[in-house]
Amino acid sequence: MPETPAIEVAHLVKSYAGVTAVNDITFRVGRGEILGFLGPNGAGKSTTMRILTGYLPATSGCVHICGVPVASQPNEAKRHIGYMPENNPLPEDMRVSEYLYFRGRLKEIARRQLGPRIDEVLELCDLKRVRHKIIGQLSKGFRQRVGIAEAILAEPPVIIMDEPTIGLDPHQILIVRDLIASLRGRMTVIISSHILPEIEMTCDRVLIINQGRVVAQGTPADLRREVLGHSTYQLELAGDLSTLPPVLAALEPTLQIRTQGEPDADGFRRITLTTERDAELGEPLLRALAPPAFRLRALSRAHPTLEDVFLAATRRSWDVTTAELRKK
Amino acid sequence: MKHFFTLLSHEIRMLLVSAGTYLAAMFFFAFMGFIFTSILESYSKAPQEVSPAQFFFQFFWFPVLFMVPMLTMKCLAEERRLGTIETLLTTPVTTTEVVLGKYTAAYLLYLTLWGATAAFFFILKRFSGDVRFLDPGPLIGGYLFIAVSGLLFIALGVFASSLSRNQAVAAILCASMIFALMFGLSWLGGSSALNREVLQPVRVAVDYAQVFTHRDDFARGIVDTRQLLFYLSGTVLALIFSILGVEAKLLHS
Repeated sequence: MPETPAIEVAHLVKSYAGVTAVNDITFRVGRGEILGFLGPNGAGKSTTMRILTGYLPATSGCVHICGVPVASQPNEAKRHIGYMPENNPLPEDMRVSEYLYFRGRLKEIARRQLGPRIDEVLELCDLKRVRHKIIGQLSKGFRQRVGIAEAILAEPPVIIMDEPTIGLDPHQILIVRDLIASLRGRMTVIISSHILPEIEMTCDRVLIINQGRVVAQGTPADLRREVLGHSTYQLELAGDLSTLPPVLAALEPTLQIRTQGEPDADGFRRITLTTERDAELGEPLLRALAPPAFRLRALSRAHPTLEDVFLAATRRSWDVTTAELRKK
Repeated sequence: MKHFFTLLSHEIRMLLVSAGTYLAAMFFFAFMGFIFTSILESYSKAPQEVSPAQFFFQFFWFPVLFMVPMLTMKCLAEERRLGTIETLLTTPVTTTEVVLGKYTAAYLLYLTLWGATAAFFFILKRFSGDVRFLDPGPLIGGYLFIAVSGLLFIALGVFASSLSRNQAVAAILCASMIFALMFGLSWLGGSSALNREVLQPVRVAVDYAQVFTHRDDFARGIVDTRQLLFYLSGTVLALIFSILGVEAKLLHS
């Protein structure tokens, strides 16, 4: 029997009072995978996550968590999920260990197993020092870790976290990232974030949504190829630039000069080249631009960041929607 | 109902660590103590026709008007304001369990506070040594009335709290609902607006729902099942509306 995917979302639609927040989203996440959820503000990330947890009902479409339909068996589905909402709401006047005990009881962990399990997650999230402190007095980083500890407490197969690293300092982000990475393979994790390097480092797969639609999905490397569709080289070059285009055309027909800067004191200019070819062109470029015609001081292939992909993908979806509007 | 006791013990603990509870308790005891001493003073000056217990429960409406909102305003409004209602409802608990847990916790605290006023009568008996002051009929009837009417008042408070994310709004709404129930209906019963023939059924209904008449009946030792039914059905209705209130907010949040 093939294993059911951890999360399966089909044609999900959610509209509030005439505004469509989520518009026909379909995706699936395999077991043990970490999925990054990207999108500008108001793209429908939080709404989608809330529907996945069964907190909000969907307008249409269906969601299965480990093969359990969320709409018709919400309680069964909720047993498979650990959820940390946006801004990580916590009761102000409880102690950390009391809070975890209460949540553990609600999540139906047997009393006898709960004590050792709480010790385990406190250890895992480095919260031992503050276990007797009142949550309202904790710093943001500790509160965030309490939220994560709570989400993994019942060892659910699926963990959903809405912006787990928001408002943390870089050191704490590193700790949270390591924590999430340590769950890889054991639990399926969905995280949403605005911090793109964050997603790139922890996630196996990225889903970019904009205005309620999926605009791109795949591994970060796939997305770069698919969305940007070109590679970029940066050079610092001295020589007669009018002879450069024929040389480049001989090397690779799609190679083009995108920008060229002013020559500095030594006569070197900064030049950016783009090409649609995916293969490495560094070595041929070095050979072709050899003296005496040119002097090459630096050559590098620019690695587009996920940020570029994100901007390109969301811009592309803007273009699509405005084109649709014009047609009407 | 698997999680009911987990939620109930959590709610009682949360009420016991909240400053609002102690503030409500302090006001309550200060006011009731003041009433009781003035009753004793008037009894020491001249003999009275009714027993002290009957006098004591005459003033039940005043503490109810400020104590019930203080005990219940926090319960659902605060959860919604902090956003913890979202984490609470994404565990395998139902909205019914959550609302009932909060309701029961507030009701138990309300009963405890009223129960503590029994100490006044104990002190009276201990130091006056006169059993005539302690007519058990009105005393038991009075406390029974407090317990039964408290069901409805606390349910109204929980309902008000389910409608808002602001505690002050919930408290004012709760106090106005209780005020309308007690004084609005009593005013309506006394007014001549309902004297016309067509409005006769309304008049009968309003006459049934007189909180002050119920109090007097209970204090006289008359326990009418129609009155019990009035409070029980009102409680069930208010709780159903609270559950719907929480769920409707989910749909539109």
